[in-house]
Amino acid sequence: MNWIAILAIYRFEMARTFRTIFQSILSPVISTSLYFVVFGAAIGSRIAEVEGISYGSFIVPGLIMLTVMTQAISVASFGIYFPKFIGTIYEILSAPVNFIEIVIGYVGAAATKALMIGVIILATATFFVEVRIEHPVWMVAFLVLTCISFALMGFIIGIWARNFEQLQLVPLLVVTPLVFLGGSFYSITMLPEFWQKVTLFNPVVYLISGFRWSFFGMADVAVGASFAAIALFTGLCLAVIWWIFRTGWRIRN
Amino acid sequence: MTSATQPVIRIENLTKTYASGVTALHGVSLDILKGEIIALLGPNGAGKTTLISIICGVATASSGRVTVKGHDTVTDYRAARALIGLVPQEISLEPFEPVINTVRFSRGLFGRPRDDARLEEVLRALSLWDKRHARVMELSGGMKRRVLIAKALAHDPEILFLDEPTAGVDVELRKEMWELVRELKAQGTTIILTTHYIEEAEAMADRIGVINRGRLLVVEEKTTLMRRLGKKRMVIELQEPLAELPGALAPYRLELSEDGRRLTYHYDTTATRTGITRLLADLAGAGLRVRDIETAQSSLEEIFVDLLREEEARP
Repeated sequence: MNWIAILAIYRFEMARTFRTIFQSILSPVISTSLYFVVFGAAIGSRIAEVEGISYGSFIVPGLIMLTVMTQAISVASFGIYFPKFIGTIYEILSAPVNFIEIVIGYVGAAATKALMIGVIILATATFFVEVRIEHPVWMVAFLVLTCISFALMGFIIGIWARNFEQLQLVPLLVVTPLVFLGGSFYSITMLPEFWQKVTLFNPVVYLISGFRWSFFGMADVAVGASFAAIALFTGLCLAVIWWIFRTGWRIRN
Repeated sequence: MTSATQPVIRIENLTKTYASGVTALHGVSLDILKGEIIALLGPNGAGKTTLISIICGVATASSGRVTVKGHDTVTDYRAARALIGLVPQEISLEPFEPVINTVRFSRGLFGRPRDDARLEEVLRALSLWDKRHARVMELSGGMKRRVLIAKALAHDPEILFLDEPTAGVDVELRKEMWELVRELKAQGTTIILTTHYIEEAEAMADRIGVINRGRLLVVEEKTTLMRRLGKKRMVIELQEPLAELPGALAPYRLELSEDGRRLTYHYDTTATRTGITRLLADLAGAGLRVRDIETAQSSLEEIFVDLLREEEARP
């Protein structure tokens, strides 16, 4: 393992984050506050409780997941797309590094940023509502795995994209709808029976449900299924990336 | 084999066909010797960049093999790539990054531990030290090109690839670049550069490889090749049109234009006798009156055509 190279990529990418630190921190704080004002106070006042938990508290895990997923994808996809776009990818390709090292560097940095934002949102949420975490170790595990797996997916999108439009396409048309319809702001038990079944095909449901369970000890689907879903998703992304580097698809030609 | 002549890079039968079906390289083989400066000379689209991209790992070959100091660039890429620094043709740099960060990143990426003293040496040698905290976007074009060189040298490579190092660079900077390349050679670095300027190859290289349409036509010592490349042509315009060449002028192998008004003579500027004086005397002797004379360097294209013809004529 070329740890020096991994660290070089990681530091370089993190420097990008810290250069725009105000934007990086301020925007999640503001958007979270807005969600609490709109969903928590305005709408939440009409929804008393969801399965014994105040609506304001109930949306905290979903809100964190929503932002963490979209951020991990956008940071990771941009991180690898930008060198492709401006041509600096030549240096990565000509360096004595293998794909695992490249992925650890880029995805590690994107996952770190997403994790930081997740923690910031959690901290912000405590100003508005009461937040309790029943299974802190599982909470961290779900959060970290989500950051990593969605950063991996972002990495794939960044390699696949040929222009900025495509870079936005998958997050906009696939990820955002799945996340919004994945129970970020509601329990799937609140849906009609038919849609409860349909929604089980949405992988994000499992992630949000597992994450919410680590907070409140209640879940829409079994925790084991949640964990299996995220492990499967991570494995799938890794397999795709392995194939990309083995064939040089959209990078070495 | 002595160490002086031992190939540091061995390219064997390299071919590259793109997915579009275009073949960029047709079985190129070449040995690059330790400590030499070799120029790959050829027009745009000849396959120069494709060739060095494959050696450096930026592109994959369709077939063939490259070894760097015995390390296969595919199966033993870590050892091979660690020996190489690449300066690309396009100025590809992160615009918002300070110079020192991007150079430090390059060193780390190649697995070398951080060494700020060494980076200071590199940046000073390239007159970039004062600009180390400047963001790349604030630099002039020439400086950006030097940053690319600094990045390529940051991990102390034994072999340096320069892809069109002076394309779009002014005369002053071109001279500076040539000087820098000579210094690097003096320090023992093997240098491979691509260019489409004959003068550049002449100014810098020990050996020149001429490449066209994916084929390496010839690789020779510079002095040998320049003799072949030093051809000029003289176009003689006549007062009166000529139906056919007088027999006395046959040894000059002149070309007569269709309208009979122009004679073209090919000669070698580096030869001890160009034959111009005698030709002019013989023209007068044959009773031909000259209206005008024009001489021109054979264009690179003409030289390639010549070389191609020679290659094909070989048994």
